[in-house]
Amino acid sequence: MGNALLEMRSITKEFPGVRALSDVSLVVESGQIHAICGENGAGKSTLMKVLSGVHPHGTYSGEIVYQGQECRFGDIRASEHAGIVIIHQELALVPGMSITENIFLGNEPRRWGRIDWKAANHRAIELMNLVGLREDPDTLVKDIGVGKQQLVEIAKAFAKDVKLLILDEPTAALNENDSRHLLDLLRGFKERGITSIMISHKLNEVEAVADAITILRDGRTIETITVAGGDVDEDRIVRGMVGRDLQSRFPEHEPNIGEVFFEVRDWTVRHPISAERLVCKNSRFTVRRGEIVGFAGLMGAGRTELAMSVFGRSYGVHLGGKIFKDGREVDIRTVADAIRNGLAYVSEDRKAIGLNLLDDIKTSVVAAKLSKITRRGVLDEAAQYHEAESYRRSLRIKTPTVDEPVTRLSGGNQQKVVLAKWMFTDPDLLILDEPTRGIDVGAKYEIYGIIQRLADEGRGVVLISSELPELIGLCDRIYTVAEGTITGEVARRDADPELLMKRMTSTRSNA
Amino acid sequence: MSRIRDLQKNLFGGTTSNARQFGMIFTLLAIIVYFQIATNGLTLTSGNLIALTQQYAYISILSIGMLMVIVAGHIDLSVGSVAAFVGIVVAKAMQEYDVPWPAGIVLGLAVGALIGAWQGFWVAYIGVPAFIVTLAGMLLFRGGNQYIGNADTVPVPQGFRTIGAGYLPEFGPETGYNNLTLLLGLLLCAAVAWREWQSRRVRSQMEGAEPAPVWISVLRLAIMLGVIVFATLRFAGGRVGTSFPVSGIILAILVIAYSFYTRNTAGGRHIYAVGGNARAAELSGVQLRRVNFLVMTNMGVLAALAGMIFVARSTASGPQDGLSWELDAIAAVFIGGAAVSGGLGTVSGSIVGGLVMAVLNNGLQLIGTGADMVQIIKGLFLLGAVALDVYNKKQGRFSIIGSLTRRFRREDPPAPAAPPAPSPTGSLARK
Repeated sequence: MGNALLEMRSITKEFPGVRALSDVSLVVESGQIHAICGENGAGKSTLMKVLSGVHPHGTYSGEIVYQGQECRFGDIRASEHAGIVIIHQELALVPGMSITENIFLGNEPRRWGRIDWKAANHRAIELMNLVGLREDPDTLVKDIGVGKQQLVEIAKAFAKDVKLLILDEPTAALNENDSRHLLDLLRGFKERGITSIMISHKLNEVEAVADAITILRDGRTIETITVAGGDVDEDRIVRGMVGRDLQSRFPEHEPNIGEVFFEVRDWTVRHPISAERLVCKNSRFTVRRGEIVGFAGLMGAGRTELAMSVFGRSYGVHLGGKIFKDGREVDIRTVADAIRNGLAYVSEDRKAIGLNLLDDIKTSVVAAKLSKITRRGVLDEAAQYHEAESYRRSLRIKTPTVDEPVTRLSGGNQQKVVLAKWMFTDPDLLILDEPTRGIDVGAKYEIYGIIQRLADEGRGVVLISSELPELIGLCDRIYTVAEGTITGEVARRDADPELLMKRMTSTRSNA
Repeated sequence: MSRIRDLQKNLFGGTTSNARQFGMIFTLLAIIVYFQIATNGLTLTSGNLIALTQQYAYISILSIGMLMVIVAGHIDLSVGSVAAFVGIVVAKAMQEYDVPWPAGIVLGLAVGALIGAWQGFWVAYIGVPAFIVTLAGMLLFRGGNQYIGNADTVPVPQGFRTIGAGYLPEFGPETGYNNLTLLLGLLLCAAVAWREWQSRRVRSQMEGAEPAPVWISVLRLAIMLGVIVFATLRFAGGRVGTSFPVSGIILAILVIAYSFYTRNTAGGRHIYAVGGNARAAELSGVQLRRVNFLVMTNMGVLAALAGMIFVARSTASGPQDGLSWELDAIAAVFIGGAAVSGGLGTVSGSIVGGLVMAVLNNGLQLIGTGADMVQIIKGLFLLGAVALDVYNKKQGRFSIIGSLTRRFRREDPPAPAAPPAPSPTGSLARK
């Protein structure tokens, strides 16, 4: 070893208003498994997009040296041509095509201008053996489990003569067995001289397979640790990932916590499509009046699924579990039931499922409870305007008038509109799913203030966030979630990033 | 510059109107003026206006229902066949079972509701795309029409013909005009004036919202009253025995009722919510399936009504009734500013869109254009209108006028909106 296959030197990438990467360097030795760790939003995916040409040369500064030469990839095809293949978290397979067809999609072996299916099938079987996939190559991809689909993706990479394989969260959607198989496979590739970069949140896996670990935080390289030295443990990685000061990013707040009024018991939900995958397993949590309860967990841990399934069963298939409110069991089967029972859910992705982007501000604000502005069956436009206007003032939504379309607003102000929409329903319990994602620091501070005000009004707040400092700074109590189960409960005074990260990354229950 | 933008924003329908509708009204005016000149004044004669109303009332009724279907994000290809099917059922019932004609109308509406519910069931509860369900319905009910009617025409009784070919009766003193039509015009003027006043009042209650400048209200009122007075005199002053057609009255009532429903009720707003972002609507407590079901059922009822009016006008139900009506209705809705992806569009816009197509068709026929060229011109017009809209959307704007005034916008003082938000243009482009 000792010769670098890939060297990325002081990469800086800016998006309008945000600097996603600043001066990031990454050196990957030939024949290694190199892990990249960091919190959500630390810049891992952006870095890989720069490498694979999704962000083409010229849109970033810095240089990429690959196999001893400087590379300027204009698109993905160029990087694939050089043997760099990236496998994204969302698999890029066509479900209705067979395994063979998927492996050779866009890369079909041809003979006299026709696709040579005989050769393709032959080669597909070879590649499937290589990745340990035992299936009929004519099986449709939608008929095999997600673990095997992952293997098809890898086989597809090998069909392209891969030299550097990049895996983005390869085990996030896999069960334990499939994960273990995949990690073994990576070790096998290493022996064959193939270099891999693996982005992962699962630190135990990283520790187990990686030769070197680069930690990113806030778009910067923190350090690169060589595992061979033996001085690596999860704590050190976690410290690198989260270490930053937490001062004065949150408004001062004195909580005023009442009795438990909301409780979910034995909540079990399965995936909407694959029947054997449980996204929530016997989850139980409580919320007190005036309390801000955090849900900490990594991407894919099942926090959103839990929240949405509680909110009128709007995700997955409900298998069991009860909801109690003010000591009585409530039957919530639809979103309308949930709203009637005083629940509100501010969704993670406000553009895709939180707002109708064709609406203006005033119609968005009243959308979840039109009955409040309906007089004798007729919508009262003046009342709608007044309601929207009062939220514009109290939440300080920056807009000339509430007649403006929501698309004209910045992310932070859009988020305030979504908050207003749910505050308008006068809920007892607000579930906020990543309420500050993609929002600048100033707007975050304001939204923190709003969240605290809601709690002070005697409502319960559930805050789902991937930013640990945010949870620690705001929450009175934090549940950790991993693989669909609540793995722990941490009171405010005990909460520190390392402890949380540990429980988020382990599936053993520490509760 | 700001005066023109005020005008654009406020002249028609206040803030909820979208600019394409505004552009389309000018297109309509231009087409009318052009044909008025090209036909030496034939276009705006009493006789032609009355015929135009009777000829296109049923298409416009369809386009009201179609607007709601399209806003919800669906399409209905079956309306022509459904109309024909209901027509033959009603005609047969009256001819062979001596059903009195008012009962026949009720029967027709009920059959339409049933058919709509059938299609709505497949769309909303089974999840078959409306395109497929109504394509099947198109074949199904066309065949049904020919099966029941033995592919023959069935005449309808005199009383029934009123809804398609009837006029407001003569009444009261001899004025040289049809008195009831005059009265109707007068009522309409009063209603328009009242509504203008009312909307200004509501607007002024909203502190902070700038009501439209007075001159705009006055101008808008003057234009609308002028159009109404002119139309009233034309409709009232036709050949003795003719006046404003009954089918036009039915259409007018429906336009008012459905405009109100879509704009001012929770049910109407739910349709827009479903079409704009179905998942967001669902997570806001809107019952997706019910909305989709009702929209399709409603379309069935309106298709039935349109079919009966057509049968009444042509005095008999036949196997070729309603051919390609769905395309006329869909074209009217899209020309009137609805978005192909759903969530946008207005009833009044669709009526204007229908009028544009009707006047174009009528004018071309009056100047003696052959049916071949009429179709070619209509086709190009439809493509052009929607292409312009798509182009505008790609630029992140919804307006024609907006694109014309864009160059001047920079001179405007910056809006008080503070943070340099990512421009809508940019975010759309990135998608």
